Amino acid sequence: MNVEGLLAQITALLVALAGAPLVMGWVNMCRAWLQNRAAPPLLQPFRLLHKLFWKESVIAHDASPLFRVAPYVVFGCMLLACMIIPTLSTNLPLAPAADAIALVGLFGLARLFISLAAMDIGTSFGTMGARREMLIGFLAEPAFLMVLFTASLISSSTSLATTVATLAHREFAIQPSLAFAGIAFTMVSLAENARVPVDNPATHLELTMIHEALILEYSGRHLALLEWAAALKLFAYSCAGLAIFFPWGIAEARDHVALLWALPALAVKLAAGGFALALIETILAKMRIFRVPEFLATAFLLGVLALLVHLLLGA
Amino acid sequence: MSPLVGQVINLFAAVLLLIAFAMLAQRRIVTLIHLFALQGLALVGSTTTVAFATGQHHLYWSAGITFALKVVILPLILHRLIRRLNVKWDIETLINIPTMMLVGILLVVFAFNLALPISQFSQSIARGTLGIAMACVLMSFLMMITRSKAVPQVIGFLAMENGLFFAATSATYGMPMVVELGIALDVLVGMVILGVFMFQIREQFDSLDIHHLEKLKED
Amino acid sequence: MEAFFVLLAIPLLGGPCLWLLGDRNSAPEVNSGFSLATFAASAWLTAEVVAGGPVTAWGEQFFVDALNVFLVALTAFVGFTTSLFSRPYMRIEREKGRMTGPRLRLYHSMYQAFMFTMLLALTTNNMGILWVAMEAATLATVLLVSVYRTAASLEAAWKYFILCGVGIAQALFGTILLYFAAERVLGAEGNALLWTHLALVKGDLEPAIMSLAFVFLLVGYGTKIGLVPLHNWLPDAHAEGPTPISAVLSGLLLNVALYSVLRCKVLADGALESRFAGNMMMGFGLLSVVVAAFFLSRQRDVKRMFAYSSIEHMGLVTFAFGMGGPIANFAGLLHMTVHSLVKSAIFYAVGHATQKAGTQVMEDIRGLMKASPTVGWGLMIGTLAILGMPPFGVFASEFLILTTAMREHPWATPFLLLALGVAFAAVFSRVQPMVFGDTHLKPLAHQPALVPVFVHLGLGLMLGLYIPPYLAAWYAQAAKLLG
Repeated sequence: MNVEGLLAQITALLVALAGAPLVMGWVNMCRAWLQNRAAPPLLQPFRLLHKLFWKESVIAHDASPLFRVAPYVVFGCMLLACMIIPTLSTNLPLAPAADAIALVGLFGLARLFISLAAMDIGTSFGTMGARREMLIGFLAEPAFLMVLFTASLISSSTSLATTVATLAHREFAIQPSLAFAGIAFTMVSLAENARVPVDNPATHLELTMIHEALILEYSGRHLALLEWAAALKLFAYSCAGLAIFFPWGIAEARDHVALLWALPALAVKLAAGGFALALIETILAKMRIFRVPEFLATAFLLGVLALLVHLLLGA
Repeated sequence: MSPLVGQVINLFAAVLLLIAFAMLAQRRIVTLIHLFALQGLALVGSTTTVAFATGQHHLYWSAGITFALKVVILPLILHRLIRRLNVKWDIETLINIPTMMLVGILLVVFAFNLALPISQFSQSIARGTLGIAMACVLMSFLMMITRSKAVPQVIGFLAMENGLFFAATSATYGMPMVVELGIALDVLVGMVILGVFMFQIREQFDSLDIHHLEKLKED
Repeated sequence: MEAFFVLLAIPLLGGPCLWLLGDRNSAPEVNSGFSLATFAASAWLTAEVVAGGPVTAWGEQFFVDALNVFLVALTAFVGFTTSLFSRPYMRIEREKGRMTGPRLRLYHSMYQAFMFTMLLALTTNNMGILWVAMEAATLATVLLVSVYRTAASLEAAWKYFILCGVGIAQALFGTILLYFAAERVLGAEGNALLWTHLALVKGDLEPAIMSLAFVFLLVGYGTKIGLVPLHNWLPDAHAEGPTPISAVLSGLLLNVALYSVLRCKVLADGALESRFAGNMMMGFGLLSVVVAAFFLSRQRDVKRMFAYSSIEHMGLVTFAFGMGGPIANFAGLLHMTVHSLVKSAIFYAVGHATQKAGTQVMEDIRGLMKASPTVGWGLMIGTLAILGMPPFGVFASEFLILTTAMREHPWATPFLLLALGVAFAAVFSRVQPMVFGDTHLKPLAHQPALVPVFVHLGLGLMLGLYIPPYLAAWYAQAAKLLG
C-alpha cells in the first residue's frame, strides 16, 4: 500500500463523512424550492446530528444488546461501502478487498441488522417496518446485482475500481444496455434509500412509512448514527451511480492533477444528481405498498434487459 | 460503414425490446396504443438508418409506408375505435404482470438461442437484431395469449407484425417492394375488418371480453 | 400469358361488380357467371400448359407448372360448382331471414375476392406474394364466417381470424428467413423470392437457415391446413359459417395452404439433403389423422363432424407428401383432388339437409331419404366415398398411401388403420340414421341444386375406376417435381 493510495483512501473517507449530510441537505433544499417552500439551510443535517449526539439516548427496558449494537454495525457498513466506491479516484487500496457483489452484501448486512433491531423491541411499528424493509430489499437486491453485472460485463471485472476505470476511458459508443441499467439503478436507489415513490422520508404517517418505522425506537446518539448512516447510504448510491454511468472526472492512479479536479467534478455531479432526485420526488406520487413489488420487478426487468441487450447485441 | 450506424441500429433494437416489455406490462389501453405507435416509430428509425447506411433507396419507401401505416393510420383507427366503443378501462391480464415479465425474459433468451445459429450468416450490420426481432414476435404472441379483451389482442397482433418487419429490415435489408406493399395492404384491411368485428361483437355481447367467445368447445 | 391475365382479372373484377350489383335478384346468377368464366379461363390456361409445358408471365412473377395447374383447374371448377349450389341455398337462407340484402352483397363480392386470392396464391411465383395472398384469403372469408352475426358465428370468426393471423405471421417469419437464405445466393434483387429462381439454387441455400425457415413455414401454413394442434379454428369456422363457405374452405383453402407447404418443402429438401422436412410433415400429418379421427366420434353437429373429417384427410395427405417418393406423392395429389371434390359435394348435400331440418344437430335430422331422396342419396354416397369405400377415388389414394406406409414406415401403419377404422365407425353410424328412417321434414321452398353434388361424386367415382392418361401423366410429373 503506497502513501498516495492511503491518502486517496483517507480523502474518500473524509469526503464521504462530510459530504453525505451535505447531499441530504442539498436534496431537502431543492425539494423545498421545487415545492415553493422556504428551504432549510444546507447545513441543517449537521445541526440535526449535532443536536442528537448531545442528547441522552433512551433505550427500551427489554432491548437486547443487538439493539445497541445495530447502529454501529449499520454505520460501519455504510462507511465501508463509501470507501470501496471510487468517488474521487480509482486508486483505492481497499478496493481489492471488496467487489461489486460484496457491496450488495454490505448493504444487505446493514439491512439485516436494522431490521432485527427494529423487531427487537417488539412494537408493532418496528415489526411492520422490518417486514416491509425486507420485502423491498428482497426485490431490490437482485435488480441492483443485475445493474452491477451489466457494468461488470462491459469491463469484464467485478471490481468497482476497475469497472469505473474501464468505463471512463473507452471510446464513445451508444450503449443501450448502460441506459437501461441506469434507469434500473435509479429505481433501485429510490427504493433502497426510502425515497418517493416507494417511501416518503419526510413523513411519520403510520401506515405508509418504512424507513422511519424502523428507527422509531431510537434516540440520541443511536439515532444520530442511523441518520448519518442513511445519509451515507444515499451518498454511496449516488456516487456508485455517478461513477458507473457518468464516470468522467474520476482520477486515475498517479494522476495528481486529476485528483485535484475530482472533488469539484464530484460536487457538481452530486449537485445535479441531488436536484434530479428532488425533481423525481416532487413529480411522482408515493405508490401503494402493493405496487412496490411491481415497481421493483420493473427495475429487475430493466436490469436483466440491460444484461441481455449487452450479451445479445454486444452493446 | 461506421460502427456508429451499427450502434444506432442496436439502440433501436433495444428500444423495440423495451417497448415490447412495456406493452406486456401495460394496463391501460390508451397507453398501449401510444406504445404501439412508439414501436412503429422505432421501426421507422431503424429502417431509415439501414437505408442510409446501405444506400438501398427502396428502404426509404418502406420506412415511409411504415410511418404512415403504423405511426399514423393504425393508431388513429385504434383511437377512434376505443372512443366509439368507449373501452378505456384497465385491462385485466390473465397472469399477474411480474410473472409475465419473467416469462418474457425467458422468451428473449429462447429467441436468441433460436436465432444464434443463423444470425452468424447475416451480412447485415447488426447481427444480434434477428434474435431481438424474434423475441418481439414471441412477446407479442404472449401478450395475445394473456389478454382477455379484444382490443389488446389486436394490438398484440399488430405488434407481432412490427417484430416481423424488424426482422425483415435488420436481417435482410427489407423484402422486395411488391411484397412489402402487399403486407401493408393486408395489415390495413385486416385492421379495418377487425374494427368491424369489434362492433359486431359488442352488438352481440354488450362487451368486448373475449371470455364470451368461449362457448364453442369440444364436449 | 393472356390466360394468366384473364384468369386473375375475372374474379378481381367480379368482386367490385357484385358489390355494385348489390342484392338484386340476378346477383347469384352473375356470381355463377363470373365463376364459370374463371373456370373457362383456367381451362384455357391448363390447355396452354398441357400443350407447351411450364409457363411464366409478367417478369416471372407468375408461374404455372404441373403441380399447380391441376390445382388451378380444380379450384376454378369447385368454385364454379359451389356458386351454382349457393344460388338456391342462399335464396332459402334469405327467405328464412338469416341472410339480408347487405349480407348477400358482402357474400357475393367476397366470394369472388376469395376466388381471386386462391388463384393468386396458386399462380404466383413469388413466395412473398404467396404469403400475401394466403393472408388475403383469410381476410376475404373471415367476414363470411360471421355473416349470420350469431354469437357462435362471431366467436368462430374471431377465432379464425386470430388463430390464422398468428399462424400466418409465423409463415411470414419463415418467408423472411427464406429470403435471408436466398439473398446470400441470389443477391438482394427482387427475384430472390421467386420460386423458380430458388428452385435452381436450392442446393446452395444455407441449411441452418432453411431448416428454421421450413419449421416456421410449416407451422404457419399448417395452421391454415388445419394440422393438429393448430386446428382449433377449423371446425368452428366450418360449422358456423354458411355452408357454401364451408365447402370452399374445405375444398379449396386447405388445398392451397398445403400447396404452399409443398412449394417450401421442395426448397427445404434441396437445401437440407435430409428427410427433415418430410419427417416433420409426417409427424404433423399422422397426429392430425389420429386426433381428428377420435374427435370425429364425439361430434353432434353435422358440419363440425365433416370439418374434422377434413382435418383427418388433410393430415393423411400431409403424411403422404411427408413420406415422399413418386407413389406417395402421386397418391397425395390424387387424394387432394378427390377429397376436394367429394367433401364439397358432401357439404352441398349437408347444406340442404340442414336447411330442411332447420338444425345442424345430427340427432334431429332423420329420414332424409323419404323427405328428399336425392339429398339423401347424395349424402349417403358422399359419406361412403369420403370414408374410402371402393370404388371411389378416395379408396384408390388411401390404398396407395397405406401400402407405401406399410413398405417404408411400417410403424405408422397401425395408427393409420386404427384412425381410418375409428373414423369409419364414427361417421357411418351417424350418417346412416340421418339418411334412413322416418321423417317429418318438409320439402324446401326452392329446388335444391343437386347437379353439383352428383357431378362431383361422379368425378370422384371416375378417378377411382379410371384415371385418364393425361391426368395420370400430369400427376406423375407433379409427383416427380415434389421429389
